[in-house]
Parts: sequence; C-alpha cells; structure tokens
Amino acid sequence: MEDEQSFSDICGGRLALQRRFYSPSCLEFCLSCPRITLRSLTAVTCTVWLAAYGLFTLCENTMILSAAIFITLLGLLGYLHFVKIDHETLLIIDSLGIQMTSSYASGKESTTFIEMGQVNDVVINEAIYMQKVIYYLCILLKDPVEPHGISQVVPLFQSAKPRLDCLIEVYRSCQDILAHQKATSTSP
Amino acid sequence: MGLVSRGAAEAGRGAASAVDRPGPPDAVPNPTPTPPAEGADPGSSRSPGMVLKAFFPTCCASADSGLLVGRWVPEQSSAVVLAVVHFPFIPIQVKELLAQVQQASQVGVTVLGTWCHRRQEPEESLGHFLEGLGAIFSHRPWFQLCRERGSKSWSCKATHWQGPASPAASGEDQVMLIFYDQRKVLLSQLHPPTALPDRQAGDTTASAGGLAAVFDTVARSEALFQSDRFDEGPVRLSHWQSEGMEASILVELAKWAAGPVCLFLACLLSLISAASACRVFKLWPLSFIWSKLSTCEQLRHRLEQLTLIFSTRKAESPAQLMRKANMLVSVLLDVALGLMLLSWLHRKDLIGQLADALIPVADRVAEELQHLLQWLMGAPAGLKMNRALDQVLGRFFLYHIHLWISYIHLMSPFIERILWHVGLSACLGLTVALSILSDIIALLTFHIYCFYVYGARLYCLKIHGLSSLWRLFRGKKWNVLRQRVDSCSYDLDQLFIGTLLFTILVFLLPTTALYYLVFTLLRLLVVAVQGLIHLLVDLINSLPLYSLGLRLCRPYRLAAGVKFRVLEHETGRPLRLLMQVSIACILPCSSKGLREPG
Repeated sequence: MEDEQSFSDICGGRLALQRRFYSPSCLEFCLSCPRITLRSLTAVTCTVWLAAYGLFTLCENTMILSAAIFITLLGLLGYLHFVKIDHETLLIIDSLGIQMTSSYASGKESTTFIEMGQVNDVVINEAIYMQKVIYYLCILLKDPVEPHGISQVVPLFQSAKPRLDCLIEVYRSCQDILAHQKATSTSP
Repeated sequence: MGLVSRGAAEAGRGAASAVDRPGPPDAVPNPTPTPPAEGADPGSSRSPGMVLKAFFPTCCASADSGLLVGRWVPEQSSAVVLAVVHFPFIPIQVKELLAQVQQASQVGVTVLGTWCHRRQEPEESLGHFLEGLGAIFSHRPWFQLCRERGSKSWSCKATHWQGPASPAASGEDQVMLIFYDQRKVLLSQLHPPTALPDRQAGDTTASAGGLAAVFDTVARSEALFQSDRFDEGPVRLSHWQSEGMEASILVELAKWAAGPVCLFLACLLSLISAASACRVFKLWPLSFIWSKLSTCEQLRHRLEQLTLIFSTRKAESPAQLMRKANMLVSVLLDVALGLMLLSWLHRKDLIGQLADALIPVADRVAEELQHLLQWLMGAPAGLKMNRALDQVLGRFFLYHIHLWISYIHLMSPFIERILWHVGLSACLGLTVALSILSDIIALLTFHIYCFYVYGARLYCLKIHGLSSLWRLFRGKKWNVLRQRVDSCSYDLDQLFIGTLLFTILVFLLPTTALYYLVFTLLRLLVVAVQGLIHLLVDLINSLPLYSLGLRLCRPYRLAAGVKFRVLEHETGRPLRLLMQVSIACILPCSSKGLREPG
C-alpha cells in the first residue's frame, strides 16, 4: 500500500512524502528533496567561466580557461556525489529497529541502523537554525547506564528539513509502531 | 515412538526417490490468522502478539526440502536457521548430531521446523508426513517454511501446538522472514568477543541483546558446518560450506609455520632488548645522546613493534589482530623501500658522489653565514646598530664559524666510510635511513644551533634586565614570596644607577634583538626541514595499510553494522527483508549488496 503527498520544506521548496505500508509492523517513509535547478546550475557555471575569462584577459594564458572547465566539471561531480541528497528514507520495523538512508544524486547511499533495544522514543523538537526556529523529528537513544535516561539525540531528515505538517504525519505512524512494540515487549 | 520414526523414515525415503517434491496440501496463500493460544506451553516463552522473526540463510533458499535446524531466541522471538537437513534422515541420528553440536559449541541448536521447496502441483502424502515430523521433534513454535520452485512467493507458518489432543488450541503467529548471508556474517565478526573462560557458558548469550545474539549464534556454530550434504555421514546438511569447505592452503601453511617462527623471533628480540637495556647505556653522557638522536628513537619504536607482532600470545580481539597486521605490513613495506633505496644508491654510486659533495657544501654554508654576519656588522636593512656591541658579537660568531670549518676539514677523510655504513643501515628500513639523514642534518648545522642558543640567551637576559629595571623606574618591585608586583621605596642612588642601566639596555636592544631574530629564523629553517623528514617517518610508521587493503579487497571484514532492505511484498505473504552487512564508509563508493534470493 503506497500513497504520496506533497509538502514544503522550511525554505518553501517542494517536498514529496511517499509512504509505503508493507505490514502493520513495517513502514517506510521516503522524502524527496527539491532537485537541482537548471537556473542555479547555469548561474554558477557562468560565474566561474566569466571569472576565468576575466583572468585570461589579464594573464593571456589559455591554461586558465582549461582549468576553469576542469574545476566546473569536478565541482559538479563532487557536489552531486557528496553534497546533494536526492531523497531520504526512514524504515521502521517493529521489534527490529529503525533505519535511515540518505541517497545522493549520484546514487551513493549512506545507511544508519538503530536497533529497537536502543530506541527510547521518537519526538519532535524545536531548534534555532540561523535566524529561524524550526521543528525537527529525532530519535532518542537509551542510556546504557541509566534506564530512563537519554544518551543521544539522532535527528532525522536533516537535508530535507520538512515543516511541521509533514513531521506530524511521520510522527504519528512512528508512535503507533513504537507503542505496539512497547506493549508486546513489556509483557513477559 | 520407534514405529512412528520408522514409518516417517520410510515415507521420507519414499519421498526422496520421487522426482517431485510436493508441498503440504494446505498451501497457504492466505493464512487465516487465528488468535494466539492462551496459556502457551511453558516450553516456549514468547511474548503474545509479538511478530516472530525467522533469520534464514540465503544459501539455503535453493536447497531441497528438509528440516530446519537452528536456534530459538525467546527474548526476541526470533529463530536463527543455521542449516537444512535433507531427506532421507533418521530422527534419532539427527538428534544425536544436534546433541554433539550443542556440546561442542554451547549453542542450543534444535530442529525448528520444516522447509519445503516444491514444484507447482502439491501432493497429499508429504503434507501429512511433515505434520508428523512436528510431533517427533517437539519444538514450539514449529515453523513451516515453503517456497515454490522458480518463483518468489514464499509462505511461512508458525504454529503452537498443544498436541493432537486439543487441536483447537493451536495458534498461528505472524512471521517476518529475514535473509542473511552466512559467510559474510561469519567473516565480518560483528559478534561480541568470545566469552572469558571463567563465565558460565549458558548465560553468555543472555547478555547479548538484539542482533548481536544472531551474530553470536552463527559465529559459534562452527561445529555444525563441518559436515555437508555431500558427505557420507548419516545426516546430510545444507549450509554455506555445502558447496565445498572454504579454506586456503597458504593460510593453513602460514598458521602451521607461524608457531615455531614466532617463538624463535620472540627469543631473538628479547635478547636484543635485554642487551639494549643493560646498565652501560644508562650512564649520563650516553643516555643524553641516545635521547637526542632520532635514529635511536626510531629503532626503539621498531623493536617494540616487532616484539608485539611476534609475541606468542594470540590476539584477543579483532581490533588487536588488525593492529598487529597493520604493524607487520608497515614493517615489511619499510624494509622493502629501504632495500630499493639501497640498490638505487649503489647502482648510481651516489654515496661516493655525496661524500665528495659534502665538504664543499659545508664550506659554502659557512661562507654564506660569514657574509650574513658581515652584513649584520654593517648597517643591515638601513638600521643603525651600536657599533661596539655589533663588532663584539660579530667577531665572536665569526670565530665560531672558523672553528667549525676546521673541524669539518679534520673529519673529511672519514666521511665516505661513515656514509657507506650509514647507507647500509637502510636495509633495516627506510624510516631508519630517514632518521639518520635527519640526525646528520642536525649534526652539520650544529653551529647554527649554537648561534641560536647564544642569541637567545643574550636576548633573554636583556629582557629580564629590562623588565626588572622598568619596574624600578616606576617604583615597583617583584615580590618573590607573593609572586606579584609590589611597590617599593628605593634610595636615590639606587634609582639613579637603575635608570642609567635601563637606558643603556634600551639603546642596546635593537642590536641584540636583530641578532636573535636572524639566528632564530635560521634555526627555524633547519627545524622545518627536520620536521618534514620526521613527518614522513611518522607517516610510514602509522599508515594502516592492511586496513586500507581490506577495505578495497574484502570490505565485509571492516563491517560497521547491518542494514535492511524490504524485498518484493505481496499481500497475504509474509514480509521478507534482506539483511546486509554495511561497511564503514571511508571511501565514497556505493555499498555492495547481495543478489536477492530466488
């Protein structure tokens, strides 16, 4: 079972939330970030090449132009591979754990898996980000020493940065599964 | 019981001779979920309503029908399947084998259920036979995994029987299938380190929670993987070794030879360290020289590393093993680079050329220094120096340089022999050769060091004097007892002389400061060159080449965790996940995955 909704992120860009319901104990959320636009790409390339051309008129060395082309290409490849995140996925499996995957524009994926035994709760927090106050969803991890303490906060959807309405959707589904998991695990 | 088992064995052999592998007649595309049985028998302590997880090895996904053998972890309601026992088998022998494995590996291996890999058309007889097996091997919950040959539709049922007397009380639970690669999980060493011998064997796995229990189970069941389905034994198993035992002749030979070699080398190294630790070397002049030379430092470091590598104690954890392997690889690389350097030096006869060029270079450096001092004694950069002090300092340093040149010329006949012996030390490693080079540079520029020390001392004295007289000028004093500045009333003649001295020192300050500045910069230059050489030595010492090599060739050995992927899902079928070992992402490449089973 799959459905898709569109939301917006904190800067106003368009996000798409895809929810896949595999079973009552397994749920997947996929948040797609806004793509790289032709306008920004053209703007950056033109800036770099105009600067290179300006240097060329000063120095009369053609190596500057070739260097500018290489820099643009390598910069674009590096940006796509290391910086630009295409979509972020959250997979919750009851009694196994929570997995976050970030897929970059070049296809690289980086995954983090947190076992259910380490998860204390999933909450929505507020944070001060530059000049804004934003909401973000995070996982609270249990402290091994103190049973009710919190050792770490793991924020989710850090590149997509959705707004509160999207976060509430994800939060409700996570809480359903976590409540079910707590109910079944505390019984002997 | 005996009648039933013989009957089952006959039926099993009969089924084995048949070409088809029919499945249970109650083929379950839509298992009707019955409510979980109240008061489940105390044998299986599982949480009601919790989803059951079955960890299934991907290598068994194409195996023929048989029994599932593995371990049931009640705390997580998960069953870890380790192998599949094929038809025909005799239940008594299966139980004997499992008891043997349990004793050898301390893992509670039991028969978990049945596995059925069938063609399209089901048959009635095998269904009853499989149900009969559930009565022979009492394990609750009893799993019935079933797969159609050539398609991706799996079905899984877990039943809790109360026995044939009360079939109405049987319950079924939802099952989640998780596929895992046995070979990768075994070799990635994600399991917790082996238990200490003084702990009870029973409760070691109780403390391992979550997925660590799964890894621990697989890692400790080596005894189960000894025999496979091609062996002539009574029981035929299918697991990751069933395509042939994985082993390497070189690794086995190395393991066999490692014992005596390590012992011999450890004795040799202990002799060397005992010799170097004797009292003669601890006397004051020698110990001071040893501490200053970086060659001795490097040799001592290498000796420590070699002692650690060839110690006869086995490494306790994978991290320690990795450290030892890294050290060994760096030592080997070092020696290889050193031998390359040695062969290059001897081929081009560079040592002779170097020895011939050394004296003119030293002369040239001394000449440049003399020019520098002449420049300082004049009007350097347009500044006006105090002529008397200038001349005194300049002549002092010039005489020093003259002494140095005489010593160098005295040593010149022996230079080539010394350099030849130094070049021979490169077979101990490139790092040793580089350390010797750094020491030679330090020795050759010793006069610059001396100048720096003289200039620094003079400047330091002057600054102290100036600060103290400045305090006097303002009518204050440094209180040593209270470590602070206090006011003090001086006599008139004290004030007078103090102010005079202060003035003299202030006017002599530019000269001393300039000498100090120039010689500090020269010293910094030498220190920078030595620092670069030391950086190179540290790089060769500490680069983890073995780990880098593992990352390129066998990435699963550097596993940092696991990740899950949901496989194709149809409604009514159990949920299937693929568990993959994920690698610590040092290099930017997409993590390698497995081919989905079936």
